[in-house]
Amino acid sequence: MTDYRIQGQTGEWEVVIGLEVHAQVTSHAKLFSGASTAFGAEPNTQVSLVDAAMPGMLPVPNRECIRQAVRTGMAIEAEINRWSRFDRKNYFYADLPQGYQISQLYHPLVGEGQLLIDADEKAGIAQDKVIGIERIHVEQDAGKLMHDQHPTMSYVDLNRCGVALMEIVSRPDMRSPAEAGAYVRKLRSILRYVGSCDGNMEEGSMRADVNVSVRRVGEELGTRTETKNVNSVRFVMQVIEYEANRQVDVIEAGGSVDQETRLFDVATGTTRTMRSKEDAHDYRYFPDPDLLPLQLEDSFLDECRASLPELPDAKRRRYEEELGLTPYNARELTAEVETFARFETLLSATASATGKPETKVATQVANWALSVAPGVMKSVGEEGDAANATAERQAAILAMQDNGEISGGQAKEIFEIVLREGREPAEIAETEGLKQVSDTGAIEAEVDRILAENEDKVEQYKAGKDKLFGFFVGQTMKAMKGKANPAVVNQLLKERLG
Amino acid sequence: MTDLTKLGVKAIRDGVRDGDFTAREVAEGFNAAVADAAALNAFIVTTPDHALAAADATDTARADGKQLGPMAGVPIGMKDLFATKGVQTTAASHILEGFVPPYESTVSQNLWDAGAGMLGKLNLDQFAMGSSNETSHFGNVASPWRKQGTNAAMSPGGSSGGSSSAVAARIAPAATGTDTGGSIRQPAAFAGICGIKPTYGRCSRWGTVAFASSLDQAGPMARSVEDCAIMLGAMAGFDPKDATSLKMDVPDWEATLSADLKGKRIGIPREYRMDGTSDAILDSWEQGKAWLKDAGATIVDVSLPHTKYALPAYYIIAPAEASSNLARYDGVRYGLRDLPDGAGLQDMYAETREAGFGDEVKRRILIGTYVLSAGFYDAYYNQAQKIRTLVARDFEQAWAQCDLILAPTTPTASFPLGSLDDDPLTMYLNDVFAVPASLAGLPAMSVPAMLNPDGLPLGLQLVGKPFDEQSVLDAGLAIQNRAGFDHAPEKWW
Repeated sequence: MTDYRIQGQTGEWEVVIGLEVHAQVTSHAKLFSGASTAFGAEPNTQVSLVDAAMPGMLPVPNRECIRQAVRTGMAIEAEINRWSRFDRKNYFYADLPQGYQISQLYHPLVGEGQLLIDADEKAGIAQDKVIGIERIHVEQDAGKLMHDQHPTMSYVDLNRCGVALMEIVSRPDMRSPAEAGAYVRKLRSILRYVGSCDGNMEEGSMRADVNVSVRRVGEELGTRTETKNVNSVRFVMQVIEYEANRQVDVIEAGGSVDQETRLFDVATGTTRTMRSKEDAHDYRYFPDPDLLPLQLEDSFLDECRASLPELPDAKRRRYEEELGLTPYNARELTAEVETFARFETLLSATASATGKPETKVATQVANWALSVAPGVMKSVGEEGDAANATAERQAAILAMQDNGEISGGQAKEIFEIVLREGREPAEIAETEGLKQVSDTGAIEAEVDRILAENEDKVEQYKAGKDKLFGFFVGQTMKAMKGKANPAVVNQLLKERLG
Repeated sequence: MTDLTKLGVKAIRDGVRDGDFTAREVAEGFNAAVADAAALNAFIVTTPDHALAAADATDTARADGKQLGPMAGVPIGMKDLFATKGVQTTAASHILEGFVPPYESTVSQNLWDAGAGMLGKLNLDQFAMGSSNETSHFGNVASPWRKQGTNAAMSPGGSSGGSSSAVAARIAPAATGTDTGGSIRQPAAFAGICGIKPTYGRCSRWGTVAFASSLDQAGPMARSVEDCAIMLGAMAGFDPKDATSLKMDVPDWEATLSADLKGKRIGIPREYRMDGTSDAILDSWEQGKAWLKDAGATIVDVSLPHTKYALPAYYIIAPAEASSNLARYDGVRYGLRDLPDGAGLQDMYAETREAGFGDEVKRRILIGTYVLSAGFYDAYYNQAQKIRTLVARDFEQAWAQCDLILAPTTPTASFPLGSLDDDPLTMYLNDVFAVPASLAGLPAMSVPAMLNPDGLPLGLQLVGKPFDEQSVLDAGLAIQNRAGFDHAPEKWW
């Protein structure tokens, strides 16, 4: 796999990407007021006097929001600043009642950290890569303007105003749309593991400002543009692709890239100028005099650290090293919170159903969870009910398969019936006759009959034609209507054929 | 019967408690005095019903044998910077004219909980920006004092000029003030009354219209040190709604008040002896030293070397914070909205703020915006913050040698309204002695000392260590006992 390059008229260009991800902090209350943060409420029903910036109102930091940001910082192995401070970012807009956003410019809560994106041949990421994270700071979200409610007026909804955001600023360490996509996915995964952000990009809980520049390979960094508020992984990748090509075209046509803020147009997949450098705001940042500096105690940090769950990279390592899963399976199972949660529940249920340690059944469970079960569910489609597929039922199927009562094929058939009808696997196996025959007597009879009917082939086998062993197995299985335990069949044939 | 309006906080509270008169009689007396004093223009709105309702509640509670609060039966004036639920709150601005808050500020609520009632909302310099009470949208406030032999209207000081005027004129026994860079102490000195700004954080800022958040601090203005101690006790206290509020118990300042200063060291800062300070002011300072010595204190010379930089630093920091604090007055959600035909959002902002803010407010917004701008921030705002730190350190070092600092409150006595209209720098100099304590967040009080040869009051300022309001009040009481300042302005209104 070669590096991602833009092929220009005059040669190859390298793309340099940095991302600022705004992640809404999971908290019932806003960053500086007690108002609720639930999504989708009627406009202006979740607004406190503080959010509306009534005269004399004051912000008071919400400890839970700070805690979540600190935990997030710890999850990316970042330096946590025990002393940080809030600054005011001043600008006028109707969705910003205070006339300033409370943010952290000079002394952010979280300092240098890093995030590992995994090698993914298919996506064009040749090897694991560490992406630097410069900082995470905490800030208020703004409200929302609605321009379609009145012919001449704009309406303001302040429900979102004051909700806590983490701004997670990467280093310009990414070099392709794929890497940026992997970064956002991995970051989202970590946030969801930690529980500090629900990662719901459609609802705007996570959005990215995408910084892109291009340069000749090995040369100095070019001028960057910043495309604001991109709200899906796919769009982030589209923005990079479009911007990189646009910038190369501009430079190769003899122009220069303007440092500017741009907007992404979802409909056309293109970006356009939002405001140029000349129109850039002077935000007049200064320390918010309504708030004292944040000083974090050891006990608070200890509690944050102790409350962290096992994180994706550690979990993946453990799956490989302790459970013996393949790198692919380990990565797939740990990518999303829901996936590993389902896997671990099923693993535990299967271990107790088989009476074996988890390490002995992990591979079987992983294959089931990643390929067998999804395959069956897909083929059953709408006719099945996923709620029927409880961990206990799946574990029961896997246990029957493990002790040879049923074959792999039967396991699928039983699961299909479970999905459709919600019945118990043991009962299904019994009632539907979906069981392997391990009864040596019944199999022996068939084996002897088949060997007797094929004396010529037995001779050939004994003369050294080993391949014929498969023929005998096949004949036996066919005679047993596929229900014979293959292990027993193999063993009997070996005994007879010597 | 005695004229109840001659009484102060303690006398009213004790008289009501002891049954010498009813709270209703007191409220009616002051309501009448307020109604009779329109010429002072001390009030923006009067609220006689509020005063009567609180008085009736006190009388009923007393009749029922209930415990009365520390301000029970005392009707007060409320500076119109404190949000009062259901009562217009303007900060003396046009932009908030007609704004009726659906909430009550913590400080005013604390006072109502202590049994006080409200005579009305007091006039002030617009958004508390001013030192003469000439920047109010609702007109100048006149001091009840007049220069001997003249009829010119004099400044009551600012920004708490409605408060100082009303208390000096005996139309309110006490009033709330707020002090950002001298706005309690300077008007108290001009009007011959007491006023204390406590340690920053003692009084909650929640519900008080913000001027400069890192400096704003509420405090009482009354005619005696005891009255200030009582009222400050009712106003102060930790408030979880203000992140800068002090998480400390409020001492019982009234109970512990003592004019015996034995063992106390009083620092006299040599840098406060500035050119242009009048002889009368210097005389009052000398007199103050003598009084405190007489009360048992020792006098020591101290140095506060960065004093001369304090005022310039203040006039960077306060406007910087104000420029941001006042951004919320934009015509979108409450208050004035000027929306010309066909106007867009930017036009609405511009028209509303042009019409809604007075000249001094605009001046400070402009200064504040400038000093925070890219390219100027380090040269102005950052330098000013460094000076602020140095000023605070000056005091910390001085506390090694003394327990309190004595200085004049102001460099001059009151001046005629209109005389400094076109001279903002001279106007700003009014606060030269007051501002250092504000920058350092220290408790500071002005106590009347004497009349100058023109018959105008002069005040002495006491500055204390952080949280040590008690020593400030004690020394104030020692001065009060010896100064015997019982002058009252002659009624002309």
